[in-house]
Amino acid sequence: MPTFVYMTRCDGCGHCVDICPSDIMHIDKVNRRAYNIEPNMCWECYSCVKACPHHAIDVRGYADFAPLGHGVRVVRDEEKGTIAWRIKFRNGKKDMELLAPITTKPWGKYHPDLASEAAPSKEMRDSELLFNEPKYIRLDKDGKDSLHTLESNGQKLKAGVYY
Amino acid sequence: MGYQTIIEDDIDVLVAGAGLGGTGAAWEARYWGQDKKIVIAEKANIDRSGAVAQGLYAINCYMGTRFGENNPEDHVRYARMDLMGMVREDLAFDMARHVDSAVHQFEEWGLPIMRTPNCEKGSYLREGRWQIMIHGESYKPIVAEAAKKSADKVFNRICVTHLLMDESKENRVAGAVGFNVRTGNYHVFKAKTVIVGAGGASNIFKPRSVGEGAGRVWYAPWSSGSAYGLMIGAGAKMTQMENRIVLARFKDGYGPVGAYFLHLKTYTQNCNGEEYESKWFPALEKMVGKAYLDTENQHFSHKPIPTCLRNHAFINEVLAGRGPIHMVTMEAFQDPHLEEIGWHNFLGMTVGQAVLWAATDVDPKHENPELTTSEPYVMGSHATGCGAWCSGPEDVSPDEYFWGYNRMTTVEGLFGAGDAVGGTPHAFSSGSFTEGRLAAKAACKYIDDGKAKGITVSDKQLEEFKEKIYKPLDTYTVGRNDIVAGSVNPNYINPRQGLDRLQKMMDEYCAGFGVNYMTNEKLLNIGLKKMKIFEEDLEKIAAEDIHELLRAWELKHRFLTSESVFQHTLFRKETRWPGYYYRGDAMNLDDEDWHVLTVSHRDPETGAYTMQKAPLYHLVDEKDEKEEAKGKKGK
Repeated sequence: MPTFVYMTRCDGCGHCVDICPSDIMHIDKVNRRAYNIEPNMCWECYSCVKACPHHAIDVRGYADFAPLGHGVRVVRDEEKGTIAWRIKFRNGKKDMELLAPITTKPWGKYHPDLASEAAPSKEMRDSELLFNEPKYIRLDKDGKDSLHTLESNGQKLKAGVYY
Repeated sequence: MGYQTIIEDDIDVLVAGAGLGGTGAAWEARYWGQDKKIVIAEKANIDRSGAVAQGLYAINCYMGTRFGENNPEDHVRYARMDLMGMVREDLAFDMARHVDSAVHQFEEWGLPIMRTPNCEKGSYLREGRWQIMIHGESYKPIVAEAAKKSADKVFNRICVTHLLMDESKENRVAGAVGFNVRTGNYHVFKAKTVIVGAGGASNIFKPRSVGEGAGRVWYAPWSSGSAYGLMIGAGAKMTQMENRIVLARFKDGYGPVGAYFLHLKTYTQNCNGEEYESKWFPALEKMVGKAYLDTENQHFSHKPIPTCLRNHAFINEVLAGRGPIHMVTMEAFQDPHLEEIGWHNFLGMTVGQAVLWAATDVDPKHENPELTTSEPYVMGSHATGCGAWCSGPEDVSPDEYFWGYNRMTTVEGLFGAGDAVGGTPHAFSSGSFTEGRLAAKAACKYIDDGKAKGITVSDKQLEEFKEKIYKPLDTYTVGRNDIVAGSVNPNYINPRQGLDRLQKMMDEYCAGFGVNYMTNEKLLNIGLKKMKIFEEDLEKIAAEDIHELLRAWELKHRFLTSESVFQHTLFRKETRWPGYYYRGDAMNLDDEDWHVLTVSHRDPETGAYTMQKAPLYHLVDEKDEKEEAKGKKGK
């Protein structure tokens, strides 16, 4: 269901152009507003719909199988950390509002800066461990933090057909 | 042409394509290379790029080892069973032993992961044995934030078209080139290592959707097989490219069914309301053998039925005239809580399915929706394992699977992550991110070991690529003047016309949905002949503007991917995955000749293919082995 842009709401800011994963939201040179230049490469991913500050972008189901007269609208709020949906059926019998969290933390504050972490030791470099490991991956057998290996788990790799 | 050449020099780790795999690579690289130069080149915007751009409602690969739920070898056995034995078990084990670390860090960064209610251990809410449920609308932006923090520079909107090759040492990577899809500028990235995370391929087989809806594919339409196109173009060996995947999904919208089956406990039935799967299994058991499908004991062993075999039952039931297959939602959806989950599941990852049901007044509470089997897709992180032939980790891999650096392809300094790595199915989002991390650590080690010294790239190589990249624009400018207007031209085809031709060939000769996933040696050879001619026509592809130039290069990547799929499908003379595709001239699974991985090499100079078999190693429980040995002695 390709996206389309309401003429009176779009101010040509280009947020949708900036975010579209398929590179199909472009600014029309005459009207200086955004539009979908290639509907058959649109995944209906709603990235542009969510990014539009004026709610100027909507979606009309793919013409090859979706009848007219429905609505799936969305408001994504990074400050509140929520996304709110409204689904309206064509026949008007169903009109649902659904709310979901999109994050549990303030945006971008809890990502570690790996450049300022203590540098990995030689032992760590020579091991198979990744950053922050063996935290979270410990063997459940002895409760000690360590990486699973074939040996620790009593496994062998053998060539051939084995079932 | 007024396009500038912009050179980014002295890069240590270049990440080409930053979906879940690439972001994992860029993020982790900073830890192992704190003073290294890490650069991302991405054709879209990393906040919403790759297969997870739209979000996800589940993380499908999480062991829960710390809660005593699963061990890595359990997951390997599951993946092996689902893929009819064809898995690189060293890579799969390695991914599985690290994946929990990625998932827990996602949670630390703010990804809302649901927890099991009233559970003292605080474990995550399970959808299935391997799946956990998340509110993942912002999965990609959250993960992208981590990559942005680690990378020195992020180049969004760069379509990487080729890998650069070192001129001082054969078969060693030297960076990548591409163009900016907005400015048109030529971008050169000179790098010591490249981690390719450019994703699998949708839209190479004719899709069921037509016209405006052609973008409504299961995998994202921007998944242009560029991971394969780039690596094949550089001469990297590929594996299991015949192992395309067909998905049983909600009809037209391709809405996911995982949460419906596993969490909502919905089930399928034919048009008469009957269970249909089990009646196809006895005949199927004869095709694949008891080791893969044990009709009598399947229920007792609690072994899940491989995805492809369930497809097989679906396809045959429809062919027998008892379609459509319905998902029985009317029972589960009477529970308002489950109903809400059912809708959230779509809104979180396939909004289009919600739109479709709203448009067609399908309320799953009162009507059981239709399912369908999709067109095939070529990728390596879902229930399939296409991708590059990569080295495994030193402490796990046997000699045939190990050449120095984890996740390094057969081209030195060239690494893969996510769909790019072959033989590692069931990695999904979290596993792809994990593979990126593993590749990043290995890439840093490769540099620290001095393996990237003395890389030379001549201006000549850069000029040749530049000319190649912009050629479709020239073809258009020159050829356009021969005609009055329109898109019909004797000198060129445009990218859409080329894509249509590719999809038709793949569908008809390489076992698409249009022929009920059937092919044989004769068909494949005709297809390959047509592909060769198509390759010549691709030299005459025309692009009217920079956006079409992007589509032209995506098509060339899709072509290289497709050709590889053809070659691999021709090579494997058996039907290993009934329900994904059938070799009509070899309808049975053949463990005697084909219990192997297929490995291909395309000569970058001549385009000639060579195929070989590689041994399959399986995880064997040492305890079982000892007991078996004892038993033999006793006899």
